[in-house]
Amino acid sequence: MAADERPLSPHLQVYRPQLTSVLSILHRATGMALAAGMLLLVWWLVAAAAGPEAFAAVQWFNGSILGRLLLLGFTWALCYHLCNGVRHLFWDAGYGFEIPDAYRSGWGAVVASSGLTLLVWIVGYAVRGG
Amino acid sequence: MSIRTPLARSRGLGSARSGTHHWWLQRITAVALIPLAVWFVVGLVVIGGADHATAIAWVGHPVGAVLLVLAVAFGFWHGQLGLQVVIEDYVHGEGCRIALLIVMKGAALVLALAAILSVLRVALGGAV
Ligand code: HEM
Repeated sequence: MAADERPLSPHLQVYRPQLTSVLSILHRATGMALAAGMLLLVWWLVAAAAGPEAFAAVQWFNGSILGRLLLLGFTWALCYHLCNGVRHLFWDAGYGFEIPDAYRSGWGAVVASSGLTLLVWIVGYAVRGG
Repeated sequence: MSIRTPLARSRGLGSARSGTHHWWLQRITAVALIPLAVWFVVGLVVIGGADHATAIAWVGHPVGAVLLVLAVAFGFWHGQLGLQVVIEDYVHGEGCRIALLIVMKGAALVLALAAILSVLRVALGGAV
């Protein structure tokens, strides 16, 4: 079999999803989503520098249903990638490799990132009054 | 026993020819991004939905502008290092992989420059 046709492990069709593997791929997915989110940040900053009309256009987009859904998604992606990134950094330093620890920190990242996202949006809406 | 030559071993650059440099930079930028991301999100929440004048005041704040430039620089630096790994994992044709890497890194550089110059323009009073 040619080298580039060999199956690579893990073979996803026969691999039962587990919390650990799902969170691992989510780290990559949120990293890529955040890279896309940087486009919105660049647009926002360039528009702010360009002047009030250009800025109003971004803010209109951000306030639209699509814009809000995207921002909600980016908020969760950032919170999850940050929390799980800290988990990665602890592993890199040599801590938390036991399987029960990996599950505990995994659930911790899920709960913390969702809680933070909720907090950010509740405070956000409270600050601007709807 | 090692099948590496003594010279290759003392260089310590391994099969990827760049040693742990990429891995290490990805961790450094990640650590830098933790406080920067928290500061950034808090800032956006506070000024959320702001009009132009409020946004300009936030972006151009003497301390805020420095942090914002750092956040953009580290964000793009870390992001392009990460996307490089994703591309290297999934794109197996060598020509295609190199082309994609060049396009992705070029785009990251251009976008980062655009964002940083915008912050500087606001901070230095070029935008009203
Ligand atoms: C907020 C603070 C952040 C922290 C603590 C963080 C942490 C990390 C860590 C530790 C890794 C390596 C994971 C591994 O070993 O596989 C990583 C990968 C990555 N990060 Fe971040 N990151 C942050 C923000 C960002 C941002 C803003 C972006 C987008 C511009 C981003 C995009 C990526 C990408 C694309 C990867 C590669 C994913 C992979 O190889 O599967 N990260 N991050």
